[in-house]
Amino acid sequence: MADERPIIEEELPPEPVIAPGYTFGTVTDQIASVVLTRRTPAFWMACFSAGFALLLVFLWCVALLFAKGVGIWGIMIPVGWGFAITNFVWWIGIGHAGTLISAILLLLNQRWRNSINRFAEAMTLFAVACAGMFPLLHMGRPWLFYWMFPYPNTMGVQPQFRSPLVWDVFAVSTYATVSFLFWFVGLMPDLATLRDRATNRMARGVYGMLAMGWRGSAHHWLHYETASLLLAGLATPLVLSVHTVVSFDFTIAIVPGWHSTFFPPYFVAGAIYSGFAMVLVLAIPLRWVYGLEGLITDKHLDNSAKVMLATGLIVGYSYMLETFTAWYSGNVYESSALWNRMTGPYAGAYWFLITCNIVSPQFLWFKRVRSKPLFLFLASLVVLMGMWLERFVIIVTSLAQDFLPSSWRVFHPTRWDWATYAGTIGLFTFLFFLFIRLLPMISIFEVRTLLPQAKIEEEGEA
Amino acid sequence: MKPRPPIYGVMAEFNNPTALVNAAREARARGYRKMDAYTPFPIEELNEALHLSKSKLPLIVLTGGILGGLTGFLMQYYVTVIYFPINVAGRPLDSWPMYIVITFELTILFAAISAVFGLLALCGLPMPYHPTFNVPRFARASRSRFFLCIRATDPLFDRKATEDFLESLEPREVAEVAH
Repeated sequence: MADERPIIEEELPPEPVIAPGYTFGTVTDQIASVVLTRRTPAFWMACFSAGFALLLVFLWCVALLFAKGVGIWGIMIPVGWGFAITNFVWWIGIGHAGTLISAILLLLNQRWRNSINRFAEAMTLFAVACAGMFPLLHMGRPWLFYWMFPYPNTMGVQPQFRSPLVWDVFAVSTYATVSFLFWFVGLMPDLATLRDRATNRMARGVYGMLAMGWRGSAHHWLHYETASLLLAGLATPLVLSVHTVVSFDFTIAIVPGWHSTFFPPYFVAGAIYSGFAMVLVLAIPLRWVYGLEGLITDKHLDNSAKVMLATGLIVGYSYMLETFTAWYSGNVYESSALWNRMTGPYAGAYWFLITCNIVSPQFLWFKRVRSKPLFLFLASLVVLMGMWLERFVIIVTSLAQDFLPSSWRVFHPTRWDWATYAGTIGLFTFLFFLFIRLLPMISIFEVRTLLPQAKIEEEGEA
Repeated sequence: MKPRPPIYGVMAEFNNPTALVNAAREARARGYRKMDAYTPFPIEELNEALHLSKSKLPLIVLTGGILGGLTGFLMQYYVTVIYFPINVAGRPLDSWPMYIVITFELTILFAAISAVFGLLALCGLPMPYHPTFNVPRFARASRSRFFLCIRATDPLFDRKATEDFLESLEPREVAEVAH
C-alpha cells in the first residue's frame, strides 16, 4: 500500500475540498471575524431571540412539572413513555452525527470533514443536553436524579446493574462527558488564535484563560495529534454503543414491537440519518448568512446528503425487516403489534413516517438534487420530522395496545407535551447560536491543513 | 558597556512551513538541540526534523482505560454480589454478562479523561506565562507564521553566533526572546 500511494496521487490529484485562493491568514481572519466583530447579523438576532423565547417556554414547563408532576403530560398507563422518551431518543440520535463526523471520519482520513466537524460537535453536545433533560423530567421526582448513580447511602440500596435503564445512565453521561472533552480539545488551538487576535481586553483574557497557554509548539502538536486520534478511537465505539444501549431500553423488555435483536443497528443507522439531516439544516443557512460557501462547499453538502441517503436506505431496510420478521416469526403478538401499527389508531403517523423516511430520500440519488441547498434543507427537515415520528410510533404504538385489550388506551399528548418538546428545540437553538457568536464555528487550524500551501515541499521533489 | 540581561533564546520567523522545516533541519545539523518550533497547525515533518520522540500519551490512555474497566467491573461485582445481593428466582448473583455495558462505558470514560489530562500534563498546560509571548510578532504563530526558537540553554548557544546563523536561513525576522 505504502508504495502505491504516490502513484495514485499522481494520477488523481485530490479534489480540493475548499475553494481556491485562501491563505493561512485569510481563512483565520474569515472564521475568527464572525466571533471577534462587534456587529451581530440580524439573522443571528432573530434565531437567538426565537431560541431564547422557546427556552423561556421550556423553563415554564419545567417549573410547572416540578409543581404538579408528570400528570401535566398525556402519559397514562399503558403508555407511560409518551413524548418524553420519544424526544430523548430523537435528540440523542441527532447528536450522533457530530461524533461520526468528528471521530469516525477522522479515523477514515476523510479530510473534507475539517470544515464541518466543529459545529457538528457542538450540535452533538447541545443535542445531548436536550436529550438528557427528558429522562430527568420524566422521573417524577427529578430532584432525586442522583439516586441513579451508585453511591454509598444511608438507605442501604444500590442501582440494579442488570437493568438497561441503568446502563443508559452510564452510557449517556459518558457520552456527554467524552463529547465535551473532544470538543474542548479541538477548540484549544483556535482559542489561542482568538486570544492572539482579540483586541478587546476582556475577550483576550477569557480566550487566553480557556486556551491555557497554548503556543502551538512542535511538542504540543505531537501530543495533540496523538490525543485527537486516541479520542477519536475512543469516541467511535462509544457512539455506536450509546444508541445500542438506548435501543436496549426497548429490546430487553418483552413488549411486542420492541423485543427484537435488530434494534441496535437499526437505531444507530436512524441516529446518523437524523443527525446528518440536522447538520444540513444548520450548515445551509449558516454558510449562506456568514458567506462561508468557500469553506463549507457544495461538496460538503453533497457528501452529507450521500451519507443521509445511505443511512436512510438502511433505515428503510429495517422497516422491511421489521415487517418480514413479524410475519415470518409466526408470533401472533408480534404480527398483531405490527398490524396495529399499520392499520390501528396510529396508522396516519406510521404511513407518514414511511413517506418521510423512505420515499423522500430517494430524490437524493440525483446529483442535480443534491447540488440544490434549498432542496437539501427541506429534505432534511422532512427527515427530521420522519425520524421523530419513527421514535414516537415505536414507543407509543407498542405500549398503547399491550397484552390485555381491556387496558388498551390511545395516547393523547397535552399542550405541555408539545410545549416541553418545543422548549428543548429552544434550548438547542439558544445554546447553538451562543456558540456561533462566541466560538469559531469552523475549526481554523484544521482548515489551514487543507490549504495547498500547508504541504511541505521536499527538495528534489519539486 | 553594560552586560545585557540573560535571554530565553533567539527566534526566527518564517513565511511558510517548508522554510521552517528546512531551517529546523539545518539547525539540527549545526548541532543545536534545545529548540522548538511554533506553527499554526500540526506539521508532521517537524517531528522528524526536530527528532521528537514519540508521545507517551498512548501508555497513559491505556492505563486509564484498564483502570476504568476494572473500576466498572469490580464496582458492579461488589454491589450485586457482596453489598446488595438480590435473589431473583435463584439466578446467579455474579451475572457478569450484564456487567459488560457499564464496564465498557467506564473504560471509555476513564481512557478519555486520562487522554485529555495526559495531554495537558505532557504539554505542561495550563501555563499562564511563557517567554515566547514577549516577542510581539509571536501572536502570528497562531495565524499564519512559522517560528523557530533556539533556547539559551543550548550548549552551542551564543547570542551573536546563533542570531547570525538564524539570519543566514533567510527568515522574515530574527528576534531575541526576553525572559
